[in-house]
Amino acid sequence: MTDVKKIINRTIREYGKERQALMPMLQAIVQVKNHLDDGDMIAVAEALNLSAAEVFGTASFYTFLDTEPRGKYIIRVCKTISCHMAGKDEIIKVLEKHLRIKVGQTTRDNMFSLLTVNCLGWCHKGPVMLVNDDVYPELTPKSAIEIIESYISRK
Amino acid sequence: MSEYKVNLKINDIPVTVDAGTTVLEAAKKLDFKVPTLCYHTDLCIAGNCRVCVVEQVGAKTLIASCATPVSEGMEIRTNSKLVRQARKHIIELLLSEHNADCTKCYKNGKCELQDLASEYRIGDHAFLDLVGGRLGMVDELSPSIIKDDSKCIRCQRCVKTCAEIQGVSALTVAYKGDRQKISTFLDHPLVEVICTNCGQCVNRCPVGALVEKNYVDEVWDAINDPQKFVVVQTAPAVRVAIGEELGYEPGTRLTGNLVTALKRLGFSSVLDTDFTADLTIIEEGTELLTRLKKVLVEKDDSVKLPMTTSCSPGWIKFIEHFYPDFISHVSSCKSPQQMFGALAKTYYAQKKGIKPESMVVVSIMPCTAKKYEADRPEMRSSGFKDVDYVLTTRELGMMIKQAGVNFQNLDESPYDSIMGESTGAGVIFGVTGGVMEAALRTVYEIVTGREVPFNNLNVVPVRGMEGVREATLKIEGCQPEWDFLEGVELRTVVAHGLANARKVMQAVKEGKSEYHFIEIMACPGGCLGGGGQPIPTNPEIREKRAKAIYCEDENLPIRKSHENPEVQLVYEDFLGSPNSHLAHQLLHTHYTERERF
Repeated sequence: MTDVKKIINRTIREYGKERQALMPMLQAIVQVKNHLDDGDMIAVAEALNLSAAEVFGTASFYTFLDTEPRGKYIIRVCKTISCHMAGKDEIIKVLEKHLRIKVGQTTRDNMFSLLTVNCLGWCHKGPVMLVNDDVYPELTPKSAIEIIESYISRK
Repeated sequence: MSEYKVNLKINDIPVTVDAGTTVLEAAKKLDFKVPTLCYHTDLCIAGNCRVCVVEQVGAKTLIASCATPVSEGMEIRTNSKLVRQARKHIIELLLSEHNADCTKCYKNGKCELQDLASEYRIGDHAFLDLVGGRLGMVDELSPSIIKDDSKCIRCQRCVKTCAEIQGVSALTVAYKGDRQKISTFLDHPLVEVICTNCGQCVNRCPVGALVEKNYVDEVWDAINDPQKFVVVQTAPAVRVAIGEELGYEPGTRLTGNLVTALKRLGFSSVLDTDFTADLTIIEEGTELLTRLKKVLVEKDDSVKLPMTTSCSPGWIKFIEHFYPDFISHVSSCKSPQQMFGALAKTYYAQKKGIKPESMVVVSIMPCTAKKYEADRPEMRSSGFKDVDYVLTTRELGMMIKQAGVNFQNLDESPYDSIMGESTGAGVIFGVTGGVMEAALRTVYEIVTGREVPFNNLNVVPVRGMEGVREATLKIEGCQPEWDFLEGVELRTVVAHGLANARKVMQAVKEGKSEYHFIEIMACPGGCLGGGGQPIPTNPEIREKRAKAIYCEDENLPIRKSHENPEVQLVYEDFLGSPNSHLAHQLLHTHYTERERF
């Protein structure tokens, strides 16, 4: 059994086979794989007796349910107004330069993807970014690079 | 009917309505028209386009009248300054995201957004034109349906149609905000996904974002080519709906005028799909009796019951995608359209001394899925493409107007011969339950030697607009060769709309229902509510078309398929006997398992 099949079965045991199991199922797959591929969405659709289009519609709606392959660590920089005013452009610029990728891209070693997202709710401590599930508030260009470096040294 | 009544005032006029009535419906009762876009009587309320906003006195914001139930003492203004201004802004905002190249649009003159823009005289560019990035996203790969995202206003009627009426959900709302779009799975072309080509979305799209693929010019070219012999066939449901394209009331029967109009357009011969509908009954009825015998007497495991009908190409594609394990339950009979095509280029060509390669077969269908069906690789039994072009009722209306034929003043003409003769049983193929009724009229008589035990041949239990209708017919007094059916209760079920088809198939799959024969039509109401029929199609209009079809049946001198003299002739002169080798070669087909996304 593939990993995705196992995740699907585990989610069904917990949440059942009704439509409301869709979100937890998609989240559980993304948790492990960082993104949903075509086959995952088809498998979820079959498991919950939904159309694959409906699953795709749901997945494409949510910023955190990626339908494109991403790196091991997904950096999400808040692009909304408070973080913008606090200097998020500068953060993005140094991250792009340091990782040698543009927003939306993934490094060649598949370690990092750089994305922007809407408000993360940390307006009082912007600029802010997420690396996977970890929050990094009050960023400076220097701290942003140090954080990335700490992930590089983790591997 | 609710026992609770609610009193309100609309534009200062008091009105009393049932509790639960929407403001929109209450306004309609007083003959105040409130414009709508996402609203459709076939679908549940969405309330997302906001065009129907009205003012409720004392409320802070305008309310969507389609989505707001009435309440006691409510005072509504449907045409205040505030409402007019808001409505105009809403239309302007919709237009700012709409490719408004109206004069070149297929829906020009038949677009609900264009009508609103015209009513409200939208002129100045109040908002930025946001269409730019959406241009060029046109999916033209399907032989049935064109999807043009640049014209989509995201009212979601199509998504709800595909989910609620058809239970298919080939379309979904993907992404959000300014990137929101109506999409298939991963935005694949319609032809590569579970779309059944039924065209119900096309029938409900208020703009030109979903339209049928149009073959009018190809048909004109064929007609104008002196080397071509162009045969046209008309489906049963077209004759009771074409009038709606030409200014008649829904439910007007116009068979004779239709034939004359087709002759005026220049078709070489005007023939009837009803003829092959009758032929379908003979082939499918024989197949049903053969299956019953093999299952009940010979205990042959390879033969499957229940048997389902196969006339509706939307249903065929549905079962290929969703219930591939049940393909062997589907009758192997081609649809009447394809039986017609296969016979036209063989039997008809021989009889009339015409070379089949010089023939062009055109169908006038209430259907968009028929375009896909004609394109299937299996549909070339004559050695040529059996049916060359399929036009919807709407496209025919367009041709009649282009040709300047004054339909209202035409005399009635009969269909040409051969392959133009039909019976009442053929006509009722156009309404849900009709194939079942026609089959029962013939099968019961073959087995018992007596007419179906219903007053005036009207098999009332299979009629109506209920989504799923079961009926049981006890067979008694069998002829000697059918004595194995003595006392058998023939269990039948009729479903229309694919969401209802799914209910029936689920029951069959789970072994909950032991039917012998299942009729399924992909569209609500059957073909008369097809995706290629005039817009609008709604519950009221479907009822009227159904009434017209039954009226047509009652007025025909012959009402049983097996008594059609031209059908008898085609067996005598050409096919031999029902389900013969040649009949199988020309009139039967096979199906393909398909992906489920």
